[in-house]
Amino acid sequence: MTQDNLIQIFRFIFFWLLQVLIFSKINLFGYINPYPYLLFMLLFPIGSSKNFLLITSFLLGLTLDVFLNTGGIHAGSSVLLAWMRENYLKFSFGLNYQYQSVKFFEKINSELFSYLLLGIATHHLCMFLLEIFSFTLVFSILARTLWSSLFTFVICIGFIQLMKPTKK
Amino acid sequence: MQQIIIYIFKNSTKVLFLLLFTLALILTIQNHSYHRSSVINSANKFSGGVYEKVNSVNEYFLLKSENEALARENARLKSLLFNQTDSLIQNTKKKWNDQMYEVSRCKVIQNSYNNFNNILTLNAGKKIGVEPEMGVINHQGIIGVVEKTSDNYATVVSILNTKNQINSKVKHSNHFGIISWNGKNTGYVQITDLPRLATVKKGDTIVTSQSLYFPEGIPIGAIDKIYTDNKTNYYTVDVRLFNDMTNLGYVYVIKNYHKQEIENLQKESILK
Repeated sequence: MTQDNLIQIFRFIFFWLLQVLIFSKINLFGYINPYPYLLFMLLFPIGSSKNFLLITSFLLGLTLDVFLNTGGIHAGSSVLLAWMRENYLKFSFGLNYQYQSVKFFEKINSELFSYLLLGIATHHLCMFLLEIFSFTLVFSILARTLWSSLFTFVICIGFIQLMKPTKK
Repeated sequence: MQQIIIYIFKNSTKVLFLLLFTLALILTIQNHSYHRSSVINSANKFSGGVYEKVNSVNEYFLLKSENEALARENARLKSLLFNQTDSLIQNTKKKWNDQMYEVSRCKVIQNSYNNFNNILTLNAGKKIGVEPEMGVINHQGIIGVVEKTSDNYATVVSILNTKNQINSKVKHSNHFGIISWNGKNTGYVQITDLPRLATVKKGDTIVTSQSLYFPEGIPIGAIDKIYTDNKTNYYTVDVRLFNDMTNLGYVYVIKNYHKQEIENLQKESILK
């Protein structure tokens, strides 16, 4: 049990609690909610096993689904995001992101922005598609994705800013 | 066979992803089908317990509005009490109707209204006789229908659920229609099959009609807009709910003693 694993377990519980107790009850303008728990997937340590990431993100999504009565939409979109993460890392931080050890908290720059936005958009689109489950309401899906994504993005930037280790 | 195993080991991540994603899809689809729904729901001991704790904190912030609502309900009941003149005579005549419904009181511990398929959680379950397919109302009007129950908790398909279909009628004329929700505004529900023969106007009250879930005459809302469509013989009507679905506290669960009897009868009639 390394310190890294402990941090991941802590984040799992932390994001889950925040999502259930606070962020799912915001309902800005009636329906816009942020889903910052996807930071768990996005900030997962880069070197670790992909299978492990897939399983933990599925569990995180599933526990959220149990509490929010949403079937499997969070589980599905979390797993999709965990699967796509590698591609987005390559796209945003360059091909050899593994070797230059990307540090998410170093500074907030355009690379981090594009990484976050891609991740959030994928996750939210998948989630609202699964939730509504019909293409007749396609504008509703897109609108919800857009507004919720923006909201989540702002909250995520806030979280990353807060989690930044203080320099001595 | 060996090659299949080798392939699976080589692509374990891909296989795992597909497996988990399919699992999530199955859960989602199950949740979308109306009556057999949800292996996974918040009517279990763990999540119900957590929501109960959270709710006991939230309750303090709503004490004032809850008190007001109770006072209003008291006033209404008192007025009923004072106005009854010969209800005793009526009751003796209607003996067959005796104890058709039983009403028990409980509390919404988790509300939801921002999704397309909203589901609430109540703090009452099998132990005090709450069963699936019982109607849920509060002092202002209807709320939904119980879907699943555990020992101490129950989930309710809210009226703000695109899967929900509740029989309703116009209060003054007995024309029937089915209430559904188009998923847009939490203050409004729709009736799509009100016959054109019905004379309705803006402001008319919509109440429940006698059904398996609800007794007759529970208020739902008032007509807000009427759309006519030349192709069909039906009105589409927007109904403004009397209830504020975003603010729910104590609710009443209605048990219909004759439900089983009616269902059996209907089943037999369909079979023959």
